Amino acid sequence: MLEIQNIQKSFGALPVLKGVSLEVDRGDVVAILGPSGSGKTTLLRCINFLEKADAGTMLFDGERYDLGHMSRKDISAIRRKTAFVFQSYNLFLNKTALENVTEGLIVARKMPKAEARERGMQALEKVGLSDRSDYYPSQLSGGQQQRVAIARALAAQPEIIYFDEPTSALDPELTGEVLAVMRQLAQEGMTMLVVTHEMNFARTASNKVIFMEDGVVVETGSSREFFENPRLARTQAFLRTLDGE
Amino acid sequence: MISARVWEILVDSFWKILLPGLTMTIPLTAISFTLAFLIGTVTALVQFANIRILKQIARFYIWIIRGTPLLVQLFVVFYGLPVVGIVLEPFPAAVIVFSINEGAYSAEILRAALESVPAGQLEAGECVGMSYLQTIFHIVLPQAMRTAFPSLSNSLIAMVKDTSLASNITVTEMFMATQRIVARTYEPLALYIEVGLIYLMFSTVLTKLQRVGEKKLSAYSTPKE
Repeated sequence: MLEIQNIQKSFGALPVLKGVSLEVDRGDVVAILGPSGSGKTTLLRCINFLEKADAGTMLFDGERYDLGHMSRKDISAIRRKTAFVFQSYNLFLNKTALENVTEGLIVARKMPKAEARERGMQALEKVGLSDRSDYYPSQLSGGQQQRVAIARALAAQPEIIYFDEPTSALDPELTGEVLAVMRQLAQEGMTMLVVTHEMNFARTASNKVIFMEDGVVVETGSSREFFENPRLARTQAFLRTLDGE
Repeated sequence: MISARVWEILVDSFWKILLPGLTMTIPLTAISFTLAFLIGTVTALVQFANIRILKQIARFYIWIIRGTPLLVQLFVVFYGLPVVGIVLEPFPAAVIVFSINEGAYSAEILRAALESVPAGQLEAGECVGMSYLQTIFHIVLPQAMRTAFPSLSNSLIAMVKDTSLASNITVTEMFMATQRIVARTYEPLALYIEVGLIYLMFSTVLTKLQRVGEKKLSAYSTPKE
């Protein structure tokens, strides 16, 4: 459903992605792991065009795109089928929880307000926050904000949701509620590409793992194999440091 | 302390000063500030959006206007432009100068406010499928307006007082009305204090309105009861 071939990106003279490829099938939950500075977040941001990749190819829904030369029209067409959940939530600060969920539907997709509201409430229900629909982001906890952000992603009925370290900005006691929602989505068959440091989530909720370091994919495979029987010494060392924590 | 004659002059002149206040000072301020707000918003947005040529024009405009006195600008437009055949009535001339002048200051206030909105807000807008302009008008600008509101209110209050400069280009606003009464009665101290108090009255009302406005705008940053 989504395939990235040889994506490259430099910030100035610093190469961040040195030819990364990956493949996501419908229903996959793919965890992108790796140490800080390995290029995971940049990869995700390039895939959703928040950063402009220098080169690479994207296959999405049977269409082929040159990532180095994307037209605005193609970008907006692809974005209509994807959703993005940020590390820092990025809820619209001047909108209530419900408005956050419906804003894109009403403004970008021209959906009638009543219909958008209905879909928005369903999405909030799904993340367990229908009783907070008229709260502003500043009136919600970090975990609640991130769940609203997930509801915002769901309301667009995307084919894939990208998560960029969705629990990294949260206090430990709040990560659970966000991961629970993500687990539920995974079980329901939502296609997800997740940059994360949550090994437990990657181990139990993802079916594929991509391990990155220094702008390249070091190891990739099914998550069971990755965690139980990592092939490379580097991956083994990475997993050991996590176990030691 | 105040003689009966002075008291009588003060009471008698109160309406004579307040009336041009209501018919000239307030309309001049309201029209000029509205136009200035529009000019300022557009000027701030073209800079924020980094539209190259328009941004340079915006910087040039702000540089000229902020670097020259308001009084000089009034004189150039009203007494200067007729030399090249552009003759303006006093009121429209004042509106043009005040709105262009205040537009430059508002532009800087709004530009700073736009830049204070977290970049993630724009990115989130893009990610839910909104265009750049949709995100600007639905998400970024409303937040910037809230940040800019106290400073803009300040500018509005300053403008009410600055309109007294329009007396120099024969606009018969409050201050000119006062000058005329002074010339007739020769009571400068009492009358100039009186007009000062009327300006103070106007400013006080605006300050109260500012507070109400700020409270309303802060809805999304105050804790839920």
